[in-house]
Amino acid sequence: METETGGAGLRAFLHGLPGVDRVGAEERAARLASRSIKTSAKAAAIDLAISMVDLTTLEGADTPGKVRALCAKAARPDPDDPNVPKVAAVCVYSDLVDVAVRALDGTGVGVASVATSFPSGRAPLEAKLADTRAAVAAGAAEIDMVIDRGAFLAGDYAKVADEIAAVKEACGPAHLKVILETGELATLDNVRRASWLAMRAGGDFIKTSTGKVAPAATLPVTLVMLEAVRDFRAATGRQVGVKPAGGIRTTKDAIKYLVLVNETAGPDWLAPEWFRLGASSVLNDLLMQRRKLATGVYSGPDYFTVD
Amino acid sequence: MVFEYAPAPESASVANIRESYGLFVDGAFARGGGEPFKSINPADETVLAEVACADEGDVDRAVRAARKAHEKVWGPMPGAERAKYLYRIARIVQERARELAVLESIDNGKPIRESRDVDVPLVAAHFFYYAGWADKLGYAGFGTAPKPLGVTAQVIPWNFPLLMLAWKIAPALACGNTVVLKPAETTPLTALVFADICRQAELPAGVVNIVTGAGETGRALVAHADVDKVAFTGSTGVGKEIARTVAGTRKRLTLELGGKAANIVYADAALDQAVEGIVNGIFFNQGHVCCAGSRLLVQESIADELMERLKARMATLRVGDPLDKNTDVGAVNSAAQLERIRELSASGEREGATRWSPPCELPDRGFWFAPTVFTGVAQSHRIAREEIFGPVLSVLTFRTPDEAVAKANNTPYGLSAGIWTEKGSQILWTAQRLRAGVVWANTFNKFDPASPFGGYKESGFGREGGRHGLEAYLDV
Repeated sequence: METETGGAGLRAFLHGLPGVDRVGAEERAARLASRSIKTSAKAAAIDLAISMVDLTTLEGADTPGKVRALCAKAARPDPDDPNVPKVAAVCVYSDLVDVAVRALDGTGVGVASVATSFPSGRAPLEAKLADTRAAVAAGAAEIDMVIDRGAFLAGDYAKVADEIAAVKEACGPAHLKVILETGELATLDNVRRASWLAMRAGGDFIKTSTGKVAPAATLPVTLVMLEAVRDFRAATGRQVGVKPAGGIRTTKDAIKYLVLVNETAGPDWLAPEWFRLGASSVLNDLLMQRRKLATGVYSGPDYFTVD
Repeated sequence: MVFEYAPAPESASVANIRESYGLFVDGAFARGGGEPFKSINPADETVLAEVACADEGDVDRAVRAARKAHEKVWGPMPGAERAKYLYRIARIVQERARELAVLESIDNGKPIRESRDVDVPLVAAHFFYYAGWADKLGYAGFGTAPKPLGVTAQVIPWNFPLLMLAWKIAPALACGNTVVLKPAETTPLTALVFADICRQAELPAGVVNIVTGAGETGRALVAHADVDKVAFTGSTGVGKEIARTVAGTRKRLTLELGGKAANIVYADAALDQAVEGIVNGIFFNQGHVCCAGSRLLVQESIADELMERLKARMATLRVGDPLDKNTDVGAVNSAAQLERIRELSASGEREGATRWSPPCELPDRGFWFAPTVFTGVAQSHRIAREEIFGPVLSVLTFRTPDEAVAKANNTPYGLSAGIWTEKGSQILWTAQRLRAGVVWANTFNKFDPASPFGGYKESGFGREGGRHGLEAYLDV
């Protein structure tokens, strides 16, 4: 798609987007983060946040056993309380997709896989496509790809766009989440441009980070991405999802993101189909806060499973 | 799912409102000679407290107490000693921040988010800032040993009751003056708590006196023969009256009056942040801000897109209970002000501008006005010329930078202006040509004690804040 317009056209488009004033964006994000969410709103937010979690394990030391344990937790986050919603998906490396698919069969929890030479993205396109095809063939319903940040920062937007389009094609029916690795993009202007680039190239979701680079997801970065999906839908009619990933550890953090979604992109995005939280440790805090709201007392961390 | 925020109100009991309040004269609370009046909560029209009204005799006692305190204690006191009192006041303001914020929101109608996060922290900051100057006046650029003026009469408005008090009292005290201050009759309560803070800080009696009342009390204070300086913030009409009263006397005068600020958005601006700035510029404090960005000048090529974004953003503004921490826009301060906003808005429609407000439910009781924007406004419309002092934005367009500047300056006022562009040179070019006391670039309604504030033309004269703010309280 992008080769038709040529690199220059794409470049002109991306640089023609309105700029982002960093000070203003940070101020807006901070102001939204000070919303006071209590009682019934908090209870609804916690359940919504749980249903949006992509429970993730992306370690070199991952084993089938660890993935199975994670899947059990995903399907039933709190063994003591069947009313707790299941999470949105389990996210693993491509070689462990089949383990997750079998473990989650019939639960309704999706399987996502990071493909395309995660996390650096530095491999030939053929290797990335093969990685993607393998994950999809093993049953992954969602592919999390990383963009070539080197090419992006060098201004070779057409290369990045072509790669995304190619991976999207390799995904077949699977949903494509495009990881921008915003911690390496340096400016919010770049975040907005990368968001538009990924959406135009066919991404179904735009995602902040691999979780392997600091800073990972931040509120200002997510704010800019939410503005981008809002504007993209207004311009094209197509709705794209957003996934902040990495660094979201507490219920308070998660709720701040939901407020940001609510007041920036709008309530249409307040569903697991359109917003995900790429995080694992946040789940237990959500469960703990949920029980606190229900019972009035805090229980210790040992009352929640650590898988 | 639709995300409904549950109510999250601050407890009104934190404010410790008493049934009645007296005047604060010579270090003690006293009854007033005038007919006491009631302060009401603009959010629900309930009576909050009865407040004493100072008559001419009370004003005279207050001025005499201030004179005595100036001659015997405060004037001769070394600056370093005065600084200690100011620091102490600043610290007590911080300690009692929650009480002050809640009371300010109840008495004024402004959202707790603003009184808590903006007003009260700035009040403390002003006292800290001017405490720092108290022993360095010889280095402020007004001679090696500048002298205080003596007794200052200060009259402040109802839009930022506590903040305007701090803007007036902190520099006056730092320079060695004593003060008789009259707060607005609709918002006297925080000033009276401030009187209690002065006592708590063991400020010598008579250094700060607070006389409550309406216009009569203000007139008596401004006209008092033994006042050395008058400082007023409020409407241009009253400012002119004061200027006439003071004319021909030896009294010094500074006036900070109305405004009709232009907020200029160039086509290359960061649009989402510009929208935030526009919202903050006109809906902050329900638009009860003399430097509010009430005239939006937007470059024609982006006008439609900007308006679309602005309307979408306005639809997310939460109007309601000022004590709810999630409220963005609170209550209009008084029935009279609400009437003025309604009248001017109606004239906007009559004169042909297009009116729009987001759907929002307003409470049944109290004084409420939905955030409103007028498009298709011409310079000749009343809503483009007169200060509305409410949450009403008038939108005009321009094609060239010259036209933007010409329209921005085409107003009897000149208090503030805003410029939105990604281009630094465009900011400087525009700012140099705008006749306004404060010009913000890519932001709006930002205040800092170190930064001077004041107007051109009918927006008044003199500067408050910063080093410049000292000049108004020194014999230079």
